[in-house]
Amino acid sequence: MYKIAVLGDRDSIYGFASLGLEVRPVRDLSEAAAELRRLAEQDYAVIYVTEAVFEGIPSEIERYESQQLPAVIPIPGVSGNTGIGMRNVKKTVEQAVGSDIIFNSENERSR
Amino acid sequence: MAATHVNPTRMELTRLKKKLVTAMRGHKLLKDKRDELMRQYLDLVRLNRSLREKVEEGIRFANRNFVLARAGMPDEEVNVALMAPKQEVTLQVSDRNVMSVEVPVFEYQTRTSDPNDIYSYGFAFTSGDLDDAVKSLADLMPDMLRLAEVEKSCRLMAAEIEKTRRRVNALEHIMIPDLQENIKYITMKLDENERSTQIRLMKVKDMMLEQAHHYKERAEEAFAG
Repeated sequence: MYKIAVLGDRDSIYGFASLGLEVRPVRDLSEAAAELRRLAEQDYAVIYVTEAVFEGIPSEIERYESQQLPAVIPIPGVSGNTGIGMRNVKKTVEQAVGSDIIFNSENERSR
Repeated sequence: MAATHVNPTRMELTRLKKKLVTAMRGHKLLKDKRDELMRQYLDLVRLNRSLREKVEEGIRFANRNFVLARAGMPDEEVNVALMAPKQEVTLQVSDRNVMSVEVPVFEYQTRTSDPNDIYSYGFAFTSGDLDDAVKSLADLMPDMLRLAEVEKSCRLMAAEIEKTRRRVNALEHIMIPDLQENIKYITMKLDENERSTQIRLMKVKDMMLEQAHHYKERAEEAFAG
């Protein structure tokens, strides 16, 4: 039986508590890194992290990239969407295909 | 390239030929694997993109609702209202094998079966905005889980595709040409050796005939006489 956790600054994530997800508010990045490690060692299959945290501790995130579990998924925080989540998806496309063929057209439009 | 390292012997030639056959087969199989992985990956990544758009939009909307709710009532009351969640989500994780990549499949169970039973507070002292906020997040839950599943699968598959592509390229551009060149080198060398032996034998035969019959001396005698 696995659980789901949400990691980030308190204001961004407290709402998820009402859904029964486990909320782990952190104040700074080093705390977030330690908490992420703690969560990954336990039975958490999905860990949602706010974009700020996701961007702040890339080396910690990287470690779980190649493992099947946990899935570390960035979600936008209360301060708004920075687009890192999409950029991350784009990065995997580049890794797999060699060049970005999914998001290309969209970028040209926005330019 | 590596021609200097090979022994030009028949045994080596047989060995290399066998190796080439294996390499060709491996190359074909890996190429097929790469193509199929790519096909499935592209479908998945498109799904990933649309799900992410949906989830990010949903969270933005929910956050706006939460901000509204907090504006309408004191902080402590919001905290108290959300302090003891009614709902609890647990995940059942199983594996799906996509072309030898193990991707996770999530199935979730909620503690209370009623999807409307998500409000962990009495309605008397909280604002309606909080209800909206909680509801908007709860509606997003299935999509968020699906996003987690799809995005993780995408990352795992991307890594596998990259690995497979490298292997295919290594076989196609290095291993197979090298083997072919070595095989050619050995064949040429063996042929050359054979010709050389042939010529040597002919020469020896000439010399032996000369010794036995003294053609040259007789010819000279006949010319002189």
